[in-house]
Amino acid sequence: MSEFLQQLINGLSLGAIYALIALGYTMVYGVLRFINFAHSDVFMVGAFVGYYAIEKWHLPANSIGGGLLALAMAMAICAALGVLIERFAYRPLRGRSTLSVLITAIGVSLLLQNVAQNRQIGFGPNPKAFPNLFPYSNFHLGALTVSSNQVIVLIVTLVLLAALYFIVNHTRTGTAMRALSFNPTAASLVGINNDFIISFTFALGSSLAAAGGILYALNYPSIDPLMGTLPGLKAFVAAVLGGIGNLPGAAVGGVVLGLVETLVVACGGSTYRDAVAFGVLILILLVRPSGLLGKAEREKV
Amino acid sequence: MLARSQYYLLAALAASFVASLFSGSFNSYFLDVAVTCGINITLAVSLNLINGYTGQFSLGHAGFMAIGAYSASLLTTNFGGKLLPLVGGQTWIFFPLALYAGGVVASVAGLLVGVPTLRLRGDYLAIVTLGFGEIIRVLLQNVDAVGGARGLIGIPDYTTLFWTFGLAAITVYTVWALVNSTYGRGFIAVSNDEIAAEAMGINTTRYKITAFVVGAFFAGLAGGIYAHFKQYIAPQGFGFDKSIEIVVMVILGGMGNNVGVIIAAILLTVLTETLRQFGDYRMILYSLLIIVLMIARPQGLFTWTGWKRKSA
Amino acid sequence: MPPLLELDRVTIRFGGLTAVSELTAHVGGHELVGLIGPNGAGKTTVFNLITGVYQPTSGDIRFAGESLVGRKPYQITGRNIARTFQNIRLFPSLSVFDNVRVAFHLHVKHDAVHSLTRFRAFHAEEKEIAAQTMELLDIFDLGKFRDEPAKSLPYGSQRRLEIVRALATKPKLLLLDEPAAGMNPTEKTELTKLIRFIKDKFQIAVLLVEHDMQVVMGICERIAVLDYGVKIAEGTPTEVRANPKVIEAYLGEEPTPG
Ligand SMILES: Nc1ncnc2c1ncn2[C@@H]1O[C@H](COP(=O)(O)OP(=O)(O)OP(=O)(O)O)[C@@H](O)[C@H]1O
Ligand SMILES: [Mg+2]
Repeated sequence: MSEFLQQLINGLSLGAIYALIALGYTMVYGVLRFINFAHSDVFMVGAFVGYYAIEKWHLPANSIGGGLLALAMAMAICAALGVLIERFAYRPLRGRSTLSVLITAIGVSLLLQNVAQNRQIGFGPNPKAFPNLFPYSNFHLGALTVSSNQVIVLIVTLVLLAALYFIVNHTRTGTAMRALSFNPTAASLVGINNDFIISFTFALGSSLAAAGGILYALNYPSIDPLMGTLPGLKAFVAAVLGGIGNLPGAAVGGVVLGLVETLVVACGGSTYRDAVAFGVLILILLVRPSGLLGKAEREKV
Repeated sequence: MLARSQYYLLAALAASFVASLFSGSFNSYFLDVAVTCGINITLAVSLNLINGYTGQFSLGHAGFMAIGAYSASLLTTNFGGKLLPLVGGQTWIFFPLALYAGGVVASVAGLLVGVPTLRLRGDYLAIVTLGFGEIIRVLLQNVDAVGGARGLIGIPDYTTLFWTFGLAAITVYTVWALVNSTYGRGFIAVSNDEIAAEAMGINTTRYKITAFVVGAFFAGLAGGIYAHFKQYIAPQGFGFDKSIEIVVMVILGGMGNNVGVIIAAILLTVLTETLRQFGDYRMILYSLLIIVLMIARPQGLFTWTGWKRKSA
Repeated sequence: MPPLLELDRVTIRFGGLTAVSELTAHVGGHELVGLIGPNGAGKTTVFNLITGVYQPTSGDIRFAGESLVGRKPYQITGRNIARTFQNIRLFPSLSVFDNVRVAFHLHVKHDAVHSLTRFRAFHAEEKEIAAQTMELLDIFDLGKFRDEPAKSLPYGSQRRLEIVRALATKPKLLLLDEPAAGMNPTEKTELTKLIRFIKDKFQIAVLLVEHDMQVVMGICERIAVLDYGVKIAEGTPTEVRANPKVIEAYLGEEPTPG
C-alpha cells in the first residue's frame, strides 16, 4: 500500500511536468491548429537557462530566492524565444496548409537542437549536471519518502496553473485568446488583434515549457540538447489524451500519463517506459480521438 | 507490344547494367555518392506515393527502410550459408530474392501501420507514423538476435550500380504507372478531398492502404540495397532524422511531382556531402534550409503551380 | 414497385440539435423534386444522410427498395446516387478532364495491377473512358478547359463541372445542392435548362436543393419544404407557393439572397 502511495507521489510530480508542457501544445493548437514541434526544444532551452543562471551567471544555488529567480529568468527568456519562433518561422506561413507549418516546426526543432549541440555557439553536445537550485532535503512520512524537489514541482505547478486559469478566464487578453480559438475570423471581426494574441499565446506556452524544463531537470539532473524530445512527445500525448485544444484537458492528460507511466515502471515494465506513451496515444486516437475532455470536431460538408 | 513507358523502364535498366559493368573504373567516393543517390531516389519516390499523391503524411519511412534492411540482411548474412546453395550459389538470383523478401516484410508493416491510422489526418497521422518509426528503432535496439544497439555486421556486399539504379527505375515506373490511369487518379483525388472522392465512388480506405503497402515495399527494398552496400547496419541509421531527410526530398521536389522529387533526392544527397566540410554547422544549415524553403517555396522547388492541398 | 428513393421517418440529432426530424419523403424514378427551406433548415443534412456522410439517428432510407443505412458513401455512389456539394468540392489540383475521368472509377475494370502491366486491354479501356469523358465535357461546353486545373475555372463553370463529374458516375438519382448559388441571371436561366436537359437525356431522377425560387418553381414537378428539420409542406409549385405555413417560415427568417 505504501509502495503504491509512493508511486502515486512520484507519478504525480512527473505528471505535473507533463501537464505544464502539454499546456503549451494545447494552447498553440487552440489558436493556430497545428502541433508546434519545436515546443519540446523550448523546454530544453528552459532547463539550460536554469543551468547557466547558477553556473555562469552566479545566482546562488541551494536557495529559494536564487531558485525562483532562475525559474523566472528561464520563463522570460523562453517566452521571448517562443515569440521569436512564431514571428519568424510560423507567421509567414499563416493560412498555409497544416503540413507546411508542421514541416517548418520540425525544421525549427532541428535548428534549436543543433544550435544547442554546437560547441561554439551553443551548449555543446555533452550532458551537464544540473545544479540544485533549491535547498534539498527528504521528508519521511512513515514509509513514504518525498523529496523537497517533488514538493517544489507540485507547488510551482499549482501556482502556475492558477495563474494561467486567471489569465485565460479573467483578463481581456485571455478572453480574446478563447475567442480566437473558438473562431479566428469572427475574432478579428470584433477587433481582436490576432497577431498579438498569437504572440501572447506562444509567450505563455513557452514560459510554461521553461518552468517544466527546470522542474524536470531538478528531478532528473542531467541535461543535454536532446533532452526535450521524449518528455515533449509524452506531453504531446498528454495533450491529445486530454483533448487537444482543451486547457483543463491538457492538465488532466499530463497527470494521467505521469501516473500510468510510473505505475507501469513500478510493475516491472521499465524497458517499456517510453513505449507506454505511444501505446496510450494510439489507443486514444483509435477509441476516442477527441480526447478525454475534448469534443469531436466534424468537418462540415 | 510494350507501352512506351515500359520501353523507358527497359532502357533505364539497361543503362544501370552498363554503368554497373564500368563501376570498377569509378573512384570509390563517386560510387558511394552515386549509390546513395540511387537509394534516396527510391526512398523519396516511394514516399511520394504516400505523402505526395495520396496526401497521407507519413514521418516513418525510415522505419520501413529498416525493416527491409534487417530482413534482407538476416537472410543473406545468417542464412546465406544454407540458402545460397539452393540457388546454385548464384548471388544474382539470391540477392534479389532476399531484397524482395525484405520488401514484403516491410509492406506487411505498411499494412499494419496503414490500417489503424487511416482515420487520422494531417499532423496526427504524422505523429503516429513518427511513433511507429521510433518503436521500430527501439525494438531493433533491444533485440540481441539482430545485434541490438551494436547493429548487424558482416553483410555481404551484393549491391551494385545495377541493383541500385535498377530498383530506382522500377520504383519510378511503378509509382508513375499506378498514378497514371483512371484507377490511379483516385490517389490524387483522395489527397485533394476525401469526402468528394468517396462521393465519386472511391474507396478511400483502400487507396490509402495501397499507397502505404506499395510505398513501404519499395522503402524496404531500398533498405536492403543500403544494407548490402554499407555491409553494416545499426538502428540509429534509421531514426527520425532519416525519415525527415526523405520527407524534405519529397517536399523540395514538390509533393506529387516525380521528376522534381528525383532531382531533389540527387540534389540533397550531393548537398549533404558538400555540407560535410562545414562540420558541426552542417545540421544547422540543413535545418535553416528546411525553414527557409517552407516559407519561400512550400510547393517545392520544381513545381510551378500552387500548393495543391486544400486546407479545409 | 416502390419509389426510387424513400425516406422513412428519418431523424438525425447533433448533440442537442435535431437537424432533421421524422422526415418522410420520396422521389420517383424519373421525377424532378425540389427540397427548399430557410437557411439551416436541414436540406444539406438530408443529402448527407442519403449519401452516407451521416448516419441517421433513427429511421430508414431506401433506394430501389434496399436500405442505405450503414453503408459507406462510396458504396452508395456505387448504388447509383450521385451528388454535388453546396460549397464546391472539385479535385482542385486535377485537370478538368481528370476530375471527370476519375468519376468513371466505378465502371473501370482495370486496377493497380493492370495499371502496371499496361496491356492492350488497359489502353483500350482508357481510350474508351477518355472518349466518354470528352463527350460529357463537350455536352456541357467544358471541353475547351480540358487540361486546366479545376481550381482555375470560373465559378459558374466549376459548378457545371461538378454536375458533369457526378453524371460520370452514371447515377439513377442526382442530388444537386444549390447549383445556382453565386450565378448571375443568365447563368441561372441556362442552368434551369440544363437540369431539365440532364433529366431527360440521362433518364434520371433529380432532387434539387435551391434557394432561388425562380429556378425551383420553374422546373420542379413537386416540392417539399423543410423548416427546422421538419417537413411543413409538400405539393406542386403552385400549391407550395400558396401555403401559409411556407410563407410564414420564409417571412419569419431573414430574406435569403438570390
Ligand atoms: N456536422 C454537424 N454537426 C453539428 N451540427 C450540424 C452539422 N451539420 C449540420 N448541422 C446543423 O444542422 C442544421 C441544418 O444544417 P444544414 O446545413 O442541413 O442546413 P441547410 O438547410 O442546408 O441550410 P443552408 O440553406 O444554409 O445551406 C444547422 O443548424 C447546422 O448547424
Ligand atoms: Mg445547405
